[in-house]
Amino acid sequence: MSKMGTSRQKWQQGFKFPSRSRVLIYLSALVIVCWSVGPFLWQMSTSLQPDSQLLSSPPHLFPYPITIEHFVNIFVGKSFHRYLINSVIVTVATTFLCLLFGSIAAYALARLEIRGRFRVLGFILGVSMFPQIAIVGPLYVLGTNFGWLDTYRVLIVIYLALGLPLVTWVLFGYFRSIPRTIDEAARIDGARPLRIFFRIILPMSLPAVVTTGMLCFIAAWNEFMFALAFTSDINHQTVPVGIANFTGLHYVPWGDVAAASVVVTLPLVVMVLVFQQHIISGLTGGAVKE
Amino acid sequence: MAITEAEMHTRTLRPGNIRFRFWRPGPFVFLLPTLASIGAIAIYPVLLGLWLSFRDTTLSSPTDTFIGLANYGQIVSDSQFWNAWTHTIQFTAASTLLETLFGLMIALVLAEQFRGRGIVRAAMLVPWAIPTVVTSKMFGWLFDGQNGIVNYLLRFVGLIQHNIDWIGSPDFALGTIIIADVWKTTPFMGLLLLAGLQTIPSSLAEASVIDGANAWQHFWYVKLPLLTPTLLIASMFRALDAFRIFDLVYVLTGGGPADATEVLSTLTYKQLFSALQVGYGSALATTMFITEIVIAVIFGVFLLRKMREVGQ
Repeated sequence: MSKMGTSRQKWQQGFKFPSRSRVLIYLSALVIVCWSVGPFLWQMSTSLQPDSQLLSSPPHLFPYPITIEHFVNIFVGKSFHRYLINSVIVTVATTFLCLLFGSIAAYALARLEIRGRFRVLGFILGVSMFPQIAIVGPLYVLGTNFGWLDTYRVLIVIYLALGLPLVTWVLFGYFRSIPRTIDEAARIDGARPLRIFFRIILPMSLPAVVTTGMLCFIAAWNEFMFALAFTSDINHQTVPVGIANFTGLHYVPWGDVAAASVVVTLPLVVMVLVFQQHIISGLTGGAVKE
Repeated sequence: MAITEAEMHTRTLRPGNIRFRFWRPGPFVFLLPTLASIGAIAIYPVLLGLWLSFRDTTLSSPTDTFIGLANYGQIVSDSQFWNAWTHTIQFTAASTLLETLFGLMIALVLAEQFRGRGIVRAAMLVPWAIPTVVTSKMFGWLFDGQNGIVNYLLRFVGLIQHNIDWIGSPDFALGTIIIADVWKTTPFMGLLLLAGLQTIPSSLAEASVIDGANAWQHFWYVKLPLLTPTLLIASMFRALDAFRIFDLVYVLTGGGPADATEVLSTLTYKQLFSALQVGYGSALATTMFITEIVIAVIFGVFLLRKMREVGQ
């Protein structure tokens, strides 16, 4: 692997890599891709194979003949759509509230006169590093007292607080990169801060807001521990809890598990692949360049 | 600036309305929803947990008295705690080390210019986006003792003679969990380190070439020292995250077989929600919290020292 060729000028001047290291790079890239998507592709293949093939040796890499019995099983036999509906309600509400509260906070921190803004930001970041197991017990006690167990709102409120640090931080960084002259003009014209925010800053920052919303969505969609602790009936349990409970009495229904995995993951994977550039820059604070 | 701010407030508060003139909320109002949610869902429960850890509260009986440090005394002599502690440290050390190492290798590959680099980067986000519960089930099937494809492949290439019960045997279960975690988190680590690599100016590579350094020397003496702060920060976040592992263990093995994969989070969760020992469980959680702070401080000290070295 040659480390010499990183500079773009050299590449453009026709810097010749030793061919051996080019081969090595492509080989490594191939290994990375196979390692990353291989297990999920196998899960997809599994979801389309009948049980008799799954239990036979050697395993069939490609599903033939294709069956959709596992997908029928999870929706007809296990009411999987119930979990999906719960997850969609909780996740969409969480994402919306996170973006609303977090973006206003980020705007205030980035633009308005707030004493000790970096202390506030440091506080928010510090909170995001709390181990979640340290709050699940006390929250359960509180939830019991409030009668909030087995509700959507208990999960939404918790996920909101867990998601806000990320949203605030990412959007704070983005809002600060917008030139001040733009909103100062509006301010001179007499616009109030909230109006400036909703009419000027927010529309300008739509890509960043969408990316942040997606990060928030994925985190809430995937959360398991709180959902497990706070919900116990199918009318409020989310998808991760549903999948975790997919165990047969005598054997694990691997085909059904695979089908459920594909149903919940495929939208995420498609979303991530479509918005990958935005997500990478959102996750790394804009540091990864093309 | 200050004048415009003041003007803004009087405007916000409808000039002429005397009742509101004295109430000057200031820009802090915009922070209120965020700080209130975080305070109610993070700060208050942590303090409540601390308070509960000094009590013998249970959810199954009405006992609820102050017992001082008795819970912490019980932790020190609890063999289950030390068992979980050992696994947690093993898991944290192994996964952080492997993920940093593999992540660095991936970042070095991605720092090169080659065709299809975007596709590789996109593919790397797939493990990150998959729900951890799905990852657990996926690895449960991949490493299944009877029909798992990993056993088949290992037999096929002749590395093993008989199927290994990866998840059901105490010798392999923790290792399988580490492999699953490495799969899920390494690509993300690679992206973070790639971000660090890309801040290193390319002029340094040219300087190395002029000085006659080979690729390995350039990496070892130029890139690695400059990347050290990024490596430390990334591995700190990774270690803090690994220390609180829950989903993977809970779904893949449930802490078994024979407590061979029990970690602190799963132990605490069981104390809270199966044994309903809120007091003792809170003491366990507080202990974890303190350990996390210690980990962060250790990394922080290292980081400051390294940054001072690089700065000089």
